[in-house]
Amino acid sequence: MSQTDQPENLKYAETHEWVRVEGDEAFIGISDYAQDELGEVVFLELPWNEVGTAQFKAGDRFGEIESVKATSELFAPVSGTLARVHETLKDLDKLEAINKDPYGQGWMLAIRMSDPAELDKLMDAAAYTKFLETAGH
Amino acid sequence: MSDQQAATAALKRTPLFDRHRALGARLVEFGGWEMPVQYSGIIAEHRAVRQRAGLFDVSHMGQFRVEGGGALDFLQSLVPNDVAKLSENQALYTQICLPNGGTLDDLLIYRRGDARYMVVVNAGTMGKDWDWFAEHAAGRADLTLANISDETGLIALQGPLAQSILQPLTPAALDAISYYHCAPGAVAGITCLISRTGYTGEDGFELYCPADHVAALWDAVLDAGTPHGLLPAGLGARDTLRLEAGYCLYGHELTEEITPLEAGLGWTIKLNKGADFIGRQALADEKRDGPRRKLVGILPRDRGIPRVGHTIYLADQPASPGARIGEVTSGTFCPTLERPAALAFVPPAHAQPGTPVAVDVRGKLIPAEVAPLPFYKRPR
Repeated sequence: MSQTDQPENLKYAETHEWVRVEGDEAFIGISDYAQDELGEVVFLELPWNEVGTAQFKAGDRFGEIESVKATSELFAPVSGTLARVHETLKDLDKLEAINKDPYGQGWMLAIRMSDPAELDKLMDAAAYTKFLETAGH
Repeated sequence: MSDQQAATAALKRTPLFDRHRALGARLVEFGGWEMPVQYSGIIAEHRAVRQRAGLFDVSHMGQFRVEGGGALDFLQSLVPNDVAKLSENQALYTQICLPNGGTLDDLLIYRRGDARYMVVVNAGTMGKDWDWFAEHAAGRADLTLANISDETGLIALQGPLAQSILQPLTPAALDAISYYHCAPGAVAGITCLISRTGYTGEDGFELYCPADHVAALWDAVLDAGTPHGLLPAGLGARDTLRLEAGYCLYGHELTEEITPLEAGLGWTIKLNKGADFIGRQALADEKRDGPRRKLVGILPRDRGIPRVGHTIYLADQPASPGARIGEVTSGTFCPTLERPAALAFVPPAHAQPGTPVAVDVRGKLIPAEVAPLPFYKRPR
């Protein structure tokens, strides 16, 4: 695999989403490894109009991401209510943020956590890096 | 996200494998080969080919030599197009058909001289093609077959700047090589067959050379092209480019279950070429009765990319089982069109451009319409 970046302050899911905790909100995006595997993102489907209403259980599908060559589903790493969606990514021309800055401007949504203990089930950076290596990535 | 990692054991590699790795290519399995799918990115590589030039490693493709007094008869008996009309150093696009008209492979045939032909087949089908050729040549003393795939390197230089990049590297007069013709000539001092052919919808050349010289040839063309904005391009861009140009990809728009007539290749089927060929009766019947399905373009009207295997429904009767009219065979985001586009087979009654349809994109019905092919035609 090519060298990818796994920041220390984030948690990671086996389905390659990351989580950054701010208060009771979990900001979510996809990892550097995931964006690198996908290649250039051309479409992103998120629950754009469901802020405050959409409820997710950990493992629920929250969206879909398409690159030129592949489609992937996106899964919520934690349970809770949709608190924010990253509206900027509605603009197709801004989707390159997911490739260029997956942990920053590439964030997709935030979930107000109903069970913060779920964070303990996610991997830290070291465990995720090891996961990428041992899973033959 | 889910990920699949193809087993890379026992995959074949072209002589350019180390070059691809050094260029930072992402490598994938394709037809039994470990090939670069992209270097800098599919969209950038695609645009380089449309606007400037791109360089592809296609050394994985197979080549056979067919020579001898019986070579023409032999080839005529295996393919529906008319090999007899080829002049020296001219190329022909055709198929190998089964008796039922299904397609064993699609290929190029070059006439290299009197009773001397070179056949170029797809990488993933090379083994079965070779068996087919060998089986049908068995007992014939009037021709020799040679599988020269391993000893032949092949790179494709494609794009509007292809000729101006290549000309300084060769004494051959490239202007004199017209589309679907070739000429032997040295490129950067390496003996090549320079062919004005390609699979991108752009002008360009395919350069055949001895396998042990293809790395030096690659380096020379890459060096000459880089100042012009040439990019090395992978299979990802090759696929988006050919899809825009409406070219069939074997295994998708052509298979043993799909006839060339269904795939819109009627212009290559010469029923009256004066020689019988395998599949002729089936294709003649199909031509008389009309094909039961036709290859069409599909343009979605909403967000979402139809991908291979997605079902197509009539727009006014979505999701009722009887309204299922076809299936997507290839679909992607097209960088030049700046929108998704797909290829699909539908019954002739629904093949009219503008016909509203719906594509089941993973459970969501996306409105779309039948569109004429090709999606892209280069300005001339």
